[in-house]
Amino acid sequence: MTAEPVRIAPAPALHVAPGPHLTVSDFTARRMMADVLLALLPVAGVAVWIFRWYAVLQIAVCVAAALLAEALFSRLRRRRAPLDDLSAAVTGAILGLSLPWSAPWYVGAIGAFAAIGLGKAAFGGLGQNIFNPAMVGRAFVMVAFAASLAGGAYVRAEAALPILTQATPLSLAKGTAGAVALPGLWPLFLGNVNGSLGETSALACLVGGLYLCWRRSAAWQIPVWTLAGAAAAAVVANLLDPATPLTVLHHLFAGALFFCAFFIATDPVTSPLSPRGRAVFGFGVGVLVVLIRTLSSYPEGVVFAILLMNSVTPLINRGTVPKPFGGAVELPGGAK
Amino acid sequence: MAVAELELPAAVDDGPTAAERFIAGILPENPTFRQLLGMCPTLAVTAAMKPALTMVAATAFVLISANVMVSLIRHLLKPHLRILVFTLTIATFVTIADRLLAAYLYPMSVALGPYVPLIIVNCIIIARCEVCGSKQGPFTAFADAAGNSLGFLIGLGSVATVREILGMGTWFGLPVLPAVVPRWVIMVMPPGAFIALALLLALVNWYQARPKRRAEV
Repeated sequence: MTAEPVRIAPAPALHVAPGPHLTVSDFTARRMMADVLLALLPVAGVAVWIFRWYAVLQIAVCVAAALLAEALFSRLRRRRAPLDDLSAAVTGAILGLSLPWSAPWYVGAIGAFAAIGLGKAAFGGLGQNIFNPAMVGRAFVMVAFAASLAGGAYVRAEAALPILTQATPLSLAKGTAGAVALPGLWPLFLGNVNGSLGETSALACLVGGLYLCWRRSAAWQIPVWTLAGAAAAAVVANLLDPATPLTVLHHLFAGALFFCAFFIATDPVTSPLSPRGRAVFGFGVGVLVVLIRTLSSYPEGVVFAILLMNSVTPLINRGTVPKPFGGAVELPGGAK
Repeated sequence: MAVAELELPAAVDDGPTAAERFIAGILPENPTFRQLLGMCPTLAVTAAMKPALTMVAATAFVLISANVMVSLIRHLLKPHLRILVFTLTIATFVTIADRLLAAYLYPMSVALGPYVPLIIVNCIIIARCEVCGSKQGPFTAFADAAGNSLGFLIGLGSVATVREILGMGTWFGLPVLPAVVPRWVIMVMPPGAFIALALLLALVNWYQARPKRRAEV
C-alpha cells in the first residue's frame, strides 16, 4: 500500500491505435473456435460411431486436460485463464481426435499438458505460438510413448469391435502388418476403417471443413492446396514406384490427410496470412505428408509435416507480402 | 621502503575474495543456470545420473587444475596469447582425465565417447581462467574453480535427475518409480534434454524473480 505514483503528463486526449481500423467486430477468436468445435461434431460423431466409448473417453480426457492445463499455466503467468475463448478446448479436441483409440488415458493427459504448456503458454499464449499446439502435444507423446502410438498399437486381437482387430490402412501399405489387401476407397472415404479417432472418415472431415470455410473461420486456400500438394506428390510417387499399393486416391482418403487439411493446417495462428502464402503453406504440407508416408519409417506424416511447415511460416509470410492497392510500399530494411 | 610501497598494489588481489568466488560459483553465478555455459555436456550426457556425474568429476578435475595452473603462470601471460595458453593448459589436463577414465572406468569412457575430449572447449573452464585464474592468486583460483564445479554439479545433477527419473524411472540406476508409472522415453532422448533444461531454467528464473516482485509491491 504505497502512495500513488506522481502523474507527469495527463492522459492523452487523442486516441491513437495502429491499423487495421476497419474490422468485423463479431469475427473474434471465440467465434472462430466455437465454429471449429461445431465443425468437429461430425468428425467426433463418426469417431464415436466407430470406436464407441474409446472415442468418448479419449476426447473427454484430452479436452479436460487441455482446459486444466490452460487454467494452470495462465495462473502461473498471473493471467486470467482464457477458457472462454475455447481455444484450449479446440486444442484438446483436435489432440484427442488425432490419438489412437487404444492410447491409455495418461497419453492424452500428458499430450494436452505438453500441447498447452510447451506449445502455447511457453511462447506467450494464444496468438504467440509458432507451432500448432495440438501437434506439439501429439509429437511429444509420439516420441515419449512410442509403443502406445506406433502402427501396431491400433490393433488389439482381443478387441470387441471387429474394426479394431485390423491394421490401419497406412500401416498395411507400409507392410508392417503383413501383405493384406488395402480397404477399398469407399470404406476409406466413409471412415469404416481402423485409425486415429478423427482421421478415419474423409467424408466427415469434408462436411465439417466445408462449414468452416463457408463461415470463413478457416481459409479455404489451405485445405485446397494441401489436398492438391498431396495429390501431386502422390502422382509422382506412383510414377516412380508403380508397384505401390497406395494409389493417389488412397493417399488422399487414407490416414489423416483430410483431417489435417481442414482442421490442423488451417490454424490461423500458425499458418501464413496472405492467400498466396496459404497456398504455398498448404502445398508444402501436402507434399511433406506424402513424402513422409512413402520415404520414412512412419506410416503417417501429418504431425511432422505440420510442424515443419509451421517453422517456415514466417519465411513464407516474408516472401508473399501482398501488393497493396496503389503500388508496393517500402519494407523496413529497404527491400521492396 | 618506498619501493615496496610502490609495488604493493600490484601484488594484492584486487578482485573478490576466495570465499566470495566460491559462493558465487555455486548459485548466484551458477555456470549452468545463470551463465548458461557448458551447454554441450549439459544436453549430451544427462540422460542418466552416472554419466552426468562422471562428466562433472572429469570437468571439476580439469577446471580446478587448469585454473590453479593458469593462476600460477598469470604473470607470464601475454594478452594476445592468453587464450592459446589457457587452451593448451586445459588440453593437458583433459588428456590426463581422458586417459584416467579409459584406464580405470573403461565402460564409462566408452559411453561418454567424444564428450570427455570436448571438455577442452567447455566454456566454463576458459571463462574461469579468463575471469579469475589469470588475474588472482592460486588459492582464490582454487576456490573459484571449486565453487563453479559445485555449481556445474547442481546443474548437471538436476537435469539428469529429471531426465533419468521421468525417462527410465531410476536414479543412479536404482529403481525409483513403480512399474505402473509410464516411462517418458522422450526424456532420455535429445529433445528431453532441451525440455528438461528449459523447464529447470524457467523454474530458476521464476524463483529468482520472486523477491524482486515482492519488493516492487
